[in-house]
Amino acid sequence: MGAELGNYKSCVSARSTDKEILRHAQDGGIVTQLFGFALDEGIIDGAIVAATKEFAHKHPEKAMMDNSNMEFHEPWRPIPVVVTTKADMLAAAGTKYNISPNVSLIKEATRSFGLDKVGIVGTPCQMQAVRKGQLYPIGLRDVGSSIALAVGIFCMENFPYQSIIQLVEDHAAMKMESVRKMEIGKGKFWVYGKRGQVVQLPLKVTHKYEQPGCHVCLDYVANLADVSTGSVGSPDGWSTVFVRSKIGDSVWGKAMAAGCFETQPIEKVKPGLELVTKLANEKITKNKKTLEERATFGVGKALRNPYI
Amino acid sequence: MADKITVGYTHLSGCTGCTVALADNYAGLLTLLDKYVDLKYMPTLADARHIQKVDVSFVEGSCCINDKLAVEELKETREKSAVVVALGGCACYGNITRFSRGGQQNQPAHEAYLPIGDVIKVDVYIPGCAPTPQMIRNVAVMAYLLLKGTKEQKDLATAFLKPLMMAAQKGTTACFCDLMTEVINQGLCMGCGSCAAACPVRAITHEYGKPQGVRDLCIKCGACYNQCPRSWFSFDVVSNYEAINEAIMAALQ
Repeated sequence: MGAELGNYKSCVSARSTDKEILRHAQDGGIVTQLFGFALDEGIIDGAIVAATKEFAHKHPEKAMMDNSNMEFHEPWRPIPVVVTTKADMLAAAGTKYNISPNVSLIKEATRSFGLDKVGIVGTPCQMQAVRKGQLYPIGLRDVGSSIALAVGIFCMENFPYQSIIQLVEDHAAMKMESVRKMEIGKGKFWVYGKRGQVVQLPLKVTHKYEQPGCHVCLDYVANLADVSTGSVGSPDGWSTVFVRSKIGDSVWGKAMAAGCFETQPIEKVKPGLELVTKLANEKITKNKKTLEERATFGVGKALRNPYI
Repeated sequence: MADKITVGYTHLSGCTGCTVALADNYAGLLTLLDKYVDLKYMPTLADARHIQKVDVSFVEGSCCINDKLAVEELKETREKSAVVVALGGCACYGNITRFSRGGQQNQPAHEAYLPIGDVIKVDVYIPGCAPTPQMIRNVAVMAYLLLKGTKEQKDLATAFLKPLMMAAQKGTTACFCDLMTEVINQGLCMGCGSCAAACPVRAITHEYGKPQGVRDLCIKCGACYNQCPRSWFSFDVVSNYEAINEAIMAALQ
């Protein structure tokens, strides 16, 4: 086990056994199924997920409102929300490929939302934020022990919302509201239209639209999550799942016993962990280089390195 | 118990919120006092109030430089403590006392307040308004391990406390602006949301995934910047979050 995949207790290829979840899900429906199960079992009282702006507009009481004009239609713009039902979870399922500051709700979830046991899904950096918040709770009173399940998603990089508009509307020549699904896989950025059209963009095109903050990130597979998941390594419609912590192991074990997932050994599927390891190393190597370049960025002036 | 560390608590211009946060560890505080800490002096929670020689002293509040007694007590605290911890936003960064213009009864001439790091050398910061009970607890346990632990425990405590020591060296001002100048302007923000969650006055929202602050609401406590995973982040410590959390909880059993 190399350091690039973090510590984990087990790794499988999995998908939800719930057909309804699979219809809404990005890949194997792992996050939606796991949170749905944890809700049913009382492991969590609710979860912080990335819903759409339409959802937040319809249910402002479930969202962390910002100053944006909610009347202004912005398809595919994520807003962090606290969901407490499977129906709401399904409405929020699927990857949006732009920034949803889910951690912004982590304290409020335990306050006005009244949750004692919080689930949260997030990118590797958001899992880092959650764990830093548990060890160094500077402004997160009583939050650390309320985090009952943190699910991480694999992430190579993220995009600002406006980047997604440029990619979809300018490069893929589709309207944002006509998009059914977006996906990054097999070396391409895929945009699927509601009428069945498919546009693929080479990742070379997408690179300049990436969020700069992602270029110092040294974590691809959410090493600090309880359970982390992503499509890479598994066949279409399945997800690779790393079970990492004691909490993760316990919840995953119960979910398996309850028949929530069908699984295949990760060693048996193509392309398997080999591809996950390759991509993790690519990301970490590239971003370590960025960090080195930041150290000699100016003339006798460095850009700040956050890692100590 | 001979193995305890000696601790003092100096209370300057603070609202006692930090004291309450410490007390809000409830049973955990009693365990701390039973097993690890000999509380030598502290207003509010102990009988002895005068500053004595201790291993670690916590200082709550900023220092009113117009108040001779406050300045003397702060200096005496420094002289008699091996380690000085600035507890809370006021001691670390001035916090709400930065906004003082004087004129309050019954000392209208008390108008100038400085974070304690502008008067004495400070070793460790615990920012936050109020600092959280869990953060105070974690630092207290780590301070004990640093002074009384095994070699391994000392290493862990050193790694844990290092960023808080670096924060003490970094400076005595804090503001929402730190997120702009030190995180966003430096190309490090990735929109996790930590700052908005940490802000005690809800001055921060996220617009299109990036923090936006209402700077008139900001009380300059430093919680947002210090909570940010891109202000400081130690893989050595945070990657072991599970074991460290368990060790702290076990210590307080």
